[in-house]
Amino acid sequence: MMVTATPLLETRGLTCRFGAFTAVDGVDFRLMAGARQAIIGPNGAGKTTFINLLAGVLRPTAGQVWLEGSNITALAQAQRVKRGIARTFQINRLFRGLSVLENVYIAVAERVGAAPAMLRPAGRRREVLDEALGLIETLRLVDDAERRIVELPYGRQRLVEIAIALGLAPRVLLLDEPMAGVPGAEAHIILDAIDRLPRDIGVLIIEHAMDVVFRFARYITVLVRGAVFAAGTPAAIRANPDVRAVYLGQEGAHG
Amino acid sequence: MTTQTVAAVRSDVHPAARTLAERHRPRAWEVVPWLAAIAFFFALPTHLGFGTELLITILFALSLDLVLGYAGIVTLGHAVFFGVGAYTVGMLAKYGIWSEPITGLLIAAAAAAVVGLGSGLVLLRTTGLTLLMLTLCTRALLEEAANLGHDWTGGFDGLDSVPIQPIFGIFEFNPLYLTTQYVYALVVLFVGFLIVRTIVYAPFGQSLTGIRENTLRMHAVGAPVNARLVTCYTISAAIAGVAGAVWAQANLYVNLSTLGLDRAATVLIILALGGYGRLYGAFIGAILYMVLSHYLAKAYPTAWQLGLGLLLMVIALCARNGMIGIVEPLLQRWRRVRSAP
Repeated sequence: MMVTATPLLETRGLTCRFGAFTAVDGVDFRLMAGARQAIIGPNGAGKTTFINLLAGVLRPTAGQVWLEGSNITALAQAQRVKRGIARTFQINRLFRGLSVLENVYIAVAERVGAAPAMLRPAGRRREVLDEALGLIETLRLVDDAERRIVELPYGRQRLVEIAIALGLAPRVLLLDEPMAGVPGAEAHIILDAIDRLPRDIGVLIIEHAMDVVFRFARYITVLVRGAVFAAGTPAAIRANPDVRAVYLGQEGAHG
Repeated sequence: MTTQTVAAVRSDVHPAARTLAERHRPRAWEVVPWLAAIAFFFALPTHLGFGTELLITILFALSLDLVLGYAGIVTLGHAVFFGVGAYTVGMLAKYGIWSEPITGLLIAAAAAAVVGLGSGLVLLRTTGLTLLMLTLCTRALLEEAANLGHDWTGGFDGLDSVPIQPIFGIFEFNPLYLTTQYVYALVVLFVGFLIVRTIVYAPFGQSLTGIRENTLRMHAVGAPVNARLVTCYTISAAIAGVAGAVWAQANLYVNLSTLGLDRAATVLIILALGGYGRLYGAFIGAILYMVLSHYLAKAYPTAWQLGLGLLLMVIALCARNGMIGIVEPLLQRWRRVRSAP
């Protein structure tokens, strides 16, 4: 592969304003195939807004989003999902009245194009059912597969969030604080699942848990007040005195 | 760290998968309502008018359940489609254009579907209270249009003595002797029920429940939410149109009541009483509502709605989802107790 390979996902001067407030300010960002990257930054730095711009939930005020060399700035969220951008939410957004299996089934059915079918029963779609069960297995949710989301503790629900995103077989996976609310004992299940993703998938994580960021990411972008403040390898970020001052310092600097 | 070997999960082994894989299979108790309907025919031949009305109401409630119970579309305008279906067969027959009943149903379904598609494309861009108000307005507009267009629709008086041909040229719609109407309505309900049942257990129906449970997440899994809602709304409109058409054929008249707010609200109350998103809520609710209003009206002609109102309040306060919301947890508990060693 050449050094100048087309990035999987790229933003150019991406800007998002809400009235006078600039949430994301001219961000140039690249995610290569197979990348494991993180965005960190203090609260209100625009991290979730940035994810929403990538996923197509928000339209940028200026700038563009490119996926594998094509400009997808104008595409709606659902179209971007079809092109391989999946995301999880900071706060669980699940089909709360449905079972874990149904939750994952819906995502897989949507991806493989089974969802519009009206005649054949959902349960006869064995390939969809098997794939959904496989994902549930991967995330150690087998014992909960039949339980409704409302009956699950928050940490387990978090795993369903990720199972749904994986059900979309993404090429770009955006994880918005996947560890939020996950008990320490279950954190390794999520990290394991991320570790076992196909190598060519680009994964971008937003996370406050610094141990997770430094374990997972090979490249870190620091966002402050909507703009890129610093970017580099975890070692470089950790050693950067400015970053320590604005961000890591507050958290007592993991090391 | 140990290397994980993911065990191959067989969907026919895991209990959760079995539940999903087998939920569309007909269960033994599902014959009960149909046997009851047949028994009704022989046991209460003098009440077939009431029975026909009940069967039509169930079909109408079933069509609403598809949009409200499964897709989560809140509407106070579903009588629009009932009325369009009723007026379609009524006017076609009255003006000598088409009076064959079964093809009449298909024409009524198509007409209601067109109205459903047209209004759905506009209205379903909104949700919640806005949608509720817009459906309410649409219904009011159509009712007023039917009222004003009395040269065609008969206005306030409606169209009576609508000439409907006998079914297959044999079974006449006799306004005094209602066997044809009852059997006809029962067969149409059965077909309509099979259609709705098939849809809700298919992946399409599953995706409708996804939209109901979390629309934002449905967008995030790449679902064309609006297209799916409009599709569901159109199908539901067609079924409601068929219900209205049977009503017009069975009664041999059409009037503004088919488009009325009363009808739109009643069908909503029926689902609230019976339970929504459960197929059989429409049956339970319609039976409960119609039997109660029938007997309450006899016993307390001036204040019968008070009894219904009280029942509705009790159910709304105590049960999460109508009568089914009361029965279902009890059944589950019973099953758990029975399956426990």
